[in-house]
Amino acid sequence: MNDPRKFFPLSLSSALCSSFFTYLQTHRPEMTPAYRWAQSPSCFGHSKMCEPASASASHILSHGTTVLAFKYERGVLIAGDRRATEGYQIADHRMEKVFQTDEYSAIAIAGAAGPCLEMAKLFSIELEHYEKVDGVRLSCEGKANRLGHMVKANFPLVLQGLVVIPLFVGYDLKREAGRIFKYDITGGRYEETEFHTVGSGGKEARLTIKEHFRPGMTEDEAIRLALRALSNAAEEDVGTGGPDPVRGIYPTMKFVNDAGVQTVDESRLQATWNELSAERGTRN
Amino acid sequence: MALPFYVSPEQMMQDKAEYAKKGIAKGRSIVAMEYDGGVLLVADNPSSSLYKISEIYDNIAFSGAGKYSEFENLRKAGIQHADLKGLMYSREDVTARSLANGYSQILGTIFSQELKPFEVELLLAQVGAEPGQNELFRISFDGSIFDERRFTVIGGRAETILQVLRKTSTSHIPSLVEALTQCIKAIEQVTEQTMALEAMEVAVLDRSRSGRKFRRIPQAEVKTLLAVST
Repeated sequence: MNDPRKFFPLSLSSALCSSFFTYLQTHRPEMTPAYRWAQSPSCFGHSKMCEPASASASHILSHGTTVLAFKYERGVLIAGDRRATEGYQIADHRMEKVFQTDEYSAIAIAGAAGPCLEMAKLFSIELEHYEKVDGVRLSCEGKANRLGHMVKANFPLVLQGLVVIPLFVGYDLKREAGRIFKYDITGGRYEETEFHTVGSGGKEARLTIKEHFRPGMTEDEAIRLALRALSNAAEEDVGTGGPDPVRGIYPTMKFVNDAGVQTVDESRLQATWNELSAERGTRN
Repeated sequence: MALPFYVSPEQMMQDKAEYAKKGIAKGRSIVAMEYDGGVLLVADNPSSSLYKISEIYDNIAFSGAGKYSEFENLRKAGIQHADLKGLMYSREDVTARSLANGYSQILGTIFSQELKPFEVELLLAQVGAEPGQNELFRISFDGSIFDERRFTVIGGRAETILQVLRKTSTSHIPSLVEALTQCIKAIEQVTEQTMALEAMEVAVLDRSRSGRKFRRIPQAEVKTLLAVST
């Protein structure tokens, strides 16, 4: 407490940087996920000795499963199922995998649950931090790049089987359009023009979207398509949870558009799901 | 061997204090006042992009008077500290009191150990869940910390503006419009100049907002608010 540089961990005379994540990496590396896990590989030690760490870790850690994003008339819809699994067990029925990260962006993550949630949290702090320090929001492109850096920094974890694959969507105020960015495990950033899905049920969801997608869908049409894609994924993939009207569990869905980020009400999802089920007869 | 000069510690501190006070008094003033919906901050600031008032965390605002480079660095360090603390513990554990303490330590150490003291005066405001739970802290160049109620002023002729406010304030908690006009009138009375709309930097910590309570009030809105009051 007596040493100001310890209390405010940056020397006051140096130029302070606007990135919270960079600050953590340089001044508080123990607070970044990659460092922590890299320092303590022994947490998987017992299984690491007999089999590759990647295989063992994927059994131990819960995995998020199907998330998707596609464009509609006003911007982007982003959605994710609610199931988390640990090996053959269901770890959580109501997990959130889609997060609002600032006023005009959202992120959905598939992969090991713990590091996923941590990355989502760190990323939203990163955006808020920049906004407060610089007095302006990052551009949509800037946010996507920042997330790429964070995924890249996560690479040591990937080698241990703790994969985190985010899907980032934002409304670009300059271009007046919604945008979708996907990432690979090395932090490579690729922009998608229409839709993308991530996760173990991603392929099924993607096929559904590919079949029914058309540019300029309305909100209602977008909700229907997302529900359809997620329930198809749930039917084919054990790791993905479909809508569960009995317990009232529906996917998380958010619209990202010129008005910001809006979460779709559960009642609206329920109504749309009932319509879809009726159309499909007993098949649900 | 030449005899080194002897300067008594009292004399040295006094010189430093005078130097810092002079720097701070050169600047313009910033007023913070509690109103029924939160905390209002008004700065006399001719620049529309170099802000004197800014957001530190969910319910905490910061304002600095004096030397820009110095309080700007303190502001950024404060944001870093708050974000780090919020990440390590939880968002509700970030408080203006602990920040004020940190600032006080830094300014105190610099004042006593460095050759040149910081020429800054800081203000931290935190909006509480109820009208009686707001907190206002003023931290001066030597690290002394003041826990204020209702309103406080930093920079320029702060003491004179405070006196004016003490005279004009009533016992009830003012509305936003009342608080804004009181602040502006007090500044105008002391500086003996009318404040142009462009020279007003106005922000609030609005209790009714969810999450981040800080909001800048744009010029057009200030204009309508002031039109209501007349």
